[in-house]
This record gives sequence, C-alpha cells and structure tokens, in this order.
Amino acid sequence: MLEVSDLGVRYGAIRAVHDVSLQAGKGELIAILGANGAGKSSTLKCIAGALKASAGTIRLDGQDVTSAKPEQMVRLGVAMVPETRDVFPDLTVSENLTLGSYIHRRNRADVESTRERMLGLFPRLRERARQAAGTLSGGEQQMLVIARALMSRPKLLLLDEPSLGLAPVVVDTIFEMIAELKRSGLTIVLVEQNAAKALSVADRAYVMRLGRIAAKGPAAEIAANTDLGALYLGG
Amino acid sequence: MTFAVQFLIDVLSLGGAYALMALGLVIVYGILRLVNFAYGELIMVAGYTMFLMNGSGAPWLIMALVAVAMAVAAGIATDYVAFRPVRAKSVTAVLITSFAFSTLLQNAALLFISPRPRPVPLPEIFSQTVTILGAVTPLRNLITIAAAVILLALFAWMMRSTVLGIAMRAAATNFTMARMLGVPANLIISSAFAISGFLGGVVGILWIGRIGTVVPGIGLEPLLVAFIATVIGGMRSMQGAVIGGFLLALIDTTLNYTLPQDLLKFRDAFTFSLVILILLWRPDGLIKGPASGQRT
Repeated sequence: MLEVSDLGVRYGAIRAVHDVSLQAGKGELIAILGANGAGKSSTLKCIAGALKASAGTIRLDGQDVTSAKPEQMVRLGVAMVPETRDVFPDLTVSENLTLGSYIHRRNRADVESTRERMLGLFPRLRERARQAAGTLSGGEQQMLVIARALMSRPKLLLLDEPSLGLAPVVVDTIFEMIAELKRSGLTIVLVEQNAAKALSVADRAYVMRLGRIAAKGPAAEIAANTDLGALYLGG
Repeated sequence: MTFAVQFLIDVLSLGGAYALMALGLVIVYGILRLVNFAYGELIMVAGYTMFLMNGSGAPWLIMALVAVAMAVAAGIATDYVAFRPVRAKSVTAVLITSFAFSTLLQNAALLFISPRPRPVPLPEIFSQTVTILGAVTPLRNLITIAAAVILLALFAWMMRSTVLGIAMRAAATNFTMARMLGVPANLIISSAFAISGFLGGVVGILWIGRIGTVVPGIGLEPLLVAFIATVIGGMRSMQGAVIGGFLLALIDTTLNYTLPQDLLKFRDAFTFSLVILILLWRPDGLIKGPASGQRT
C-alpha cells in the first residue's frame, strides 16, 4: 500500500533524512524506531505531505504522491496524528471531530455515524464533547487527535509518538487502541521512541539512526536483537 | 437622560462601524499573520462603484448590493494579486505587494475618475433624523447599529456553526494541522479575503454615507481605525477586534463630548495616547489569541 524509496528530507542545508526506503502492506502495522533526532518524524511528515521530499519517491497504492499537498493526502486516505498533539485548543471536542471529517462534510449522515463510532470507541470524548479541547488532559487530547484522524476514514494512519509525555497507564490504553485499530484492518505507520511498546503491537520494524535506516525486520526479531537496543534507545 | 441616550447612540453607531472594520482586517490577519494594507481600498472600491452607478436609475439597494459584491471581488483579487504569488516566499514581500496593490487601486481612481470628491447616491433615509427619548439623532446611526448587530450575529453564527467557519477558526490556530485534516489552504484564505471584502463593502457604504462623497484616499482612515482597534483588542482574536472597535469608539466619542473646542483638533493625539497606555498595560491587546501561531 505504502512504498517509500530512497527518501531524502532537508532543512535548509541540513539533511535530516537520507535514502530511507520502507514499505507497509495492506493491514500491516510497521514501527519506525530510533532516538530523538533520528529522522523518524521528518520521514512521517514527508509521507503526510507536510514536508517536501528533497529526494526519492513516495507511492500510495502505486500512485506517485511525492509532491502531493497535505490536504490532497487526506483525500487519498492518509491521516496523520502529529506528535505535538495538535488539538485546536479553542474549539470544542465535537468541533475538532467535525474538522477531522472535513473531506466528507457533504455527507452529513456519514459524518454523524463516524462520529458516533468514535465517541463509542472513546467514551471519555463523549463526556467532554462540548468542552474546549484545550481543557482536556494529555491522554484525552491524544485520544482526540487519534479520533479526529479516524474521522476522515483513512486507509493509512500515521502515528507520531503517541506515547510521548503520557502516564504509563494511559500509554497502555493508547496502545490497546492501536492494536484494536490494526485488528480492524487499518494500515498503520507508528513512529515511537518507546520501542518495547511499539514492538509489542508492530508486525515489522525499521530502526533509524542519524537519518538512515540502520536495521529492519520482523518486530520479534528486532526485539530479540540486543545489539539494536543501543540504537533505538539512543546509546 | 437625553444626553445619555445621545451618547450611547453615538458610541454604538461609531463602535459598530469600527468593529466591522476591525473584523474585516483581523479575519485575514488571524489566518495569514499578515496585515492586508490594501484593506482600505475595499471601502474605496465600494464607494466608487456607488458613484459610477449613480444615475443608472437602479434602486439604491441594488446599487449597494453591487458595491458590496465589487468589494468582495476586490478582496479576492487582493489575495490573487498581492498575496498568493509571494505568500510562501517572504513576509516582507507580501507587505510590499499589499502596499503596492493599495497604491495601484488608489492611483487608478485618481487617474480614471478624479482626485476630487465624487458624490455617492444616498437614500432619503440616510439624511432623516429621529427623536428617541428626547435625543435627536440621524436615522443613519440607527441603521449602522442595526447593520453591525446583524453582521456580527451572522459572523458569529458562521464561525461557530458552519464547517467552513470551524475550519477558519482552526486555520487561525494551526494552519498546518488544519491542512493535514484535509482543509484546503487556498479555499480558507480566499474565503477570509471574501469575508473581509464583504465586511469592508458594507462598512464602506455606511462610512461613506456619513460624508456623502468618495475620494481616492477614503480608505486610509478606516484602515487606521481597523488596525488600532485590532491592536487594542489583540491582533489574533476576533472577539478582541470587536471589543477593540467599540472601545476605540468610546474613547473617540468621549473625547468629542468632553474636549474643549480648541483642543478638539488634537483629538487623535489624545486617543493615541490612551491607546499607548492600554498597550503598556496589556502589550498583547485585551484578548489573547489562540496559543500557537505558526504560519504556513
């Protein structure tokens, strides 16, 4: 479904990502691991269209989407959950969800049924539907950005550091959700620093170091390889 | 009592006009973080449209609607001519192109129409006066208040209850994130310019209705008023712009009422001194906008 080949990303003169190639098949959950600054998030933003690739290609179901804008990527079925947990703080939870379904806005009944599904999936959000999103706790905001991304009914979900800054109990809940989404058939690219958690749900994993892919393989294999621990733990 | 009513009507009608002007400026600023210096010319466009249609025999309301439509078109044209080509490149470039577009429109009016004031058609109702609780006031003031109330309510409804409005509020907080949800950047920006043009057009007709004539530089004062009102209210907040507009009108009207005749011509100096005091007290304006503020 997703095929990234020889991707490069530059910030001015600095090359953040070199020659990154990765694939995700339909229904697969792939994890991109690595220390802070390894280029994981840049790779993900580039797939979402929020960053321009300086080299390489990104293909979605065989179609070249390397230079697509973020709003086009959403219409092609790609939804991004950014690490900064960008809820719109002044908008209510419900309004945040409405925006998630922007591309389906002409089909009201559809939007409402998706919203119902999301509120069923995340009961906390239902309790807080009328509340400004900025007043939610970190965990609730994370649930909201995931639910908001799902409102577009994507076929590919990009998750950037969903565990960042959350209490361990909340992290467990979020990862149960992710596993649940995978079971529902969604293709997921998960960027994480919490390698143990990510590997517990992933099918395959890529380990990035200094902007390059340093290792790749089935999640169990990556988890068993103790040498790699040093890489993704930032050693 | 009579005095109080008179004062209230003056503040509300001037404040209504100021608030609409400020809102038209801040709707674009909120999303692009760029001041549209060609904003005043939207008012000019509305005025000259009225002048050119004078004698066409069309009913006044039709002329007014065409004038507002032209202001909307001019607003969208500002986006295409001055903003879109250089938006991604540099802030300075956009400041200059928006100044340039403003100058271009003004000079076009100078060259093709006249540097001298030109009359605009006004309906009878604009020159009538009414007496409310002993206070004599032009009916025009009440029309301005009504127009402000209706437009502000309409605006608030649109921003809260339509998907486009919610998307515009989201884009004002975090444009990149809004785009990553599928909200097209160009649509949002053009909509902001169209709304800016609509508010500018309506306020232009009411504004020009006070004087009855239009000159090429007519837009300067409204631009300045809008800019100061948004600075007082908080550049990033739409409620702030409205509050700033009414507050500025309150200051202006109070000074009009209280300053001795000799000092009245220095009214703006007093107004701006007060504005400086407000900014020393609240440097970000009265109402802080949304927390984050990346531009695209």
